[in-house]
Amino acid sequence: MVTASWYLILAAALFTIGAVGLLVRRNPLIMFMCVELMLNAVNLTFITFGRELNDIGGQVSVFFVLVVAAAEVVVGLAIVVAINRRRPQATADDLSALRG
Amino acid sequence: METAVFIVCAAIVLAGALGVVLARNPVHAALSLVGTLFGMAVLFLNLEAHFLAAVQIIVYAGAIVVLFLFVIMLLGVDRLEDLSVEPITGQRALAAIVGLGTFGLAVAFLLSGDIGLRSVGILKLDIAGTGQYSNLRQIADVLFTDYVYAFEATAALLTISVVGAVVMSRRMARSDEAQETAEDD
Repeated sequence: MVTASWYLILAAALFTIGAVGLLVRRNPLIMFMCVELMLNAVNLTFITFGRELNDIGGQVSVFFVLVVAAAEVVVGLAIVVAINRRRPQATADDLSALRG
Repeated sequence: METAVFIVCAAIVLAGALGVVLARNPVHAALSLVGTLFGMAVLFLNLEAHFLAAVQIIVYAGAIVVLFLFVIMLLGVDRLEDLSVEPITGQRALAAIVGLGTFGLAVAFLLSGDIGLRSVGILKLDIAGTGQYSNLRQIADVLFTDYVYAFEATAALLTISVVGAVVMSRRMARSDEAQETAEDD
């Protein structure tokens, strides 16, 4: 029988992979994907605890996280496109000079 | 049955996540991300969150990953990256330490919360929804009463982000560009 603890451990592992990827990788697109992994880990936690507490609020929170994640990706990718137009193949390290 | 589904999906989710982090080609990373998101949707079904499982597939696997792939193709960055060099010395060792710490703390907190719930004795009821009160209806009931202002705010957020994306990724007209170059000087 799978208890809630298994889901929570899986979420923790997924969050960790995302966090390490965000720290290690230098390609802005991959870094965004790692943020998505972390958001998904949090969603899994929300739903697991929502089921444990018998509270639908957990699922509603996940709904809002999904919306904010979509908005974040749209804006983030627009920024990546805009930066790549000026400096092709820019990595996160090159963007320390980012200013108006 | 639930156990078998959980084990298979957990393996898919973790393999996909590792694929995202370790892939040298951004396109492969995006495709690994699809695997992770799909496994996650099945886990949501396992947890009786039927509506969110559908939304996960449609929004994440359908829209967001396609957006990633579209940008990768648009920018032409779909070439292999050399992962053997470390941009900052000692970065990976430090990242591994931070990762272990994060994992340990997250597991400790989550499990202590879980055990706390158990000791209080609130456990395992039915939010999957049977009969007329389906999972979707329960979400809608809460979303359009308690969280209705937040819901309206997300509408504004999405509109603003779309407008922002269009403005930022717009190619400058030639006269604007000349003007901007003049301003830069």
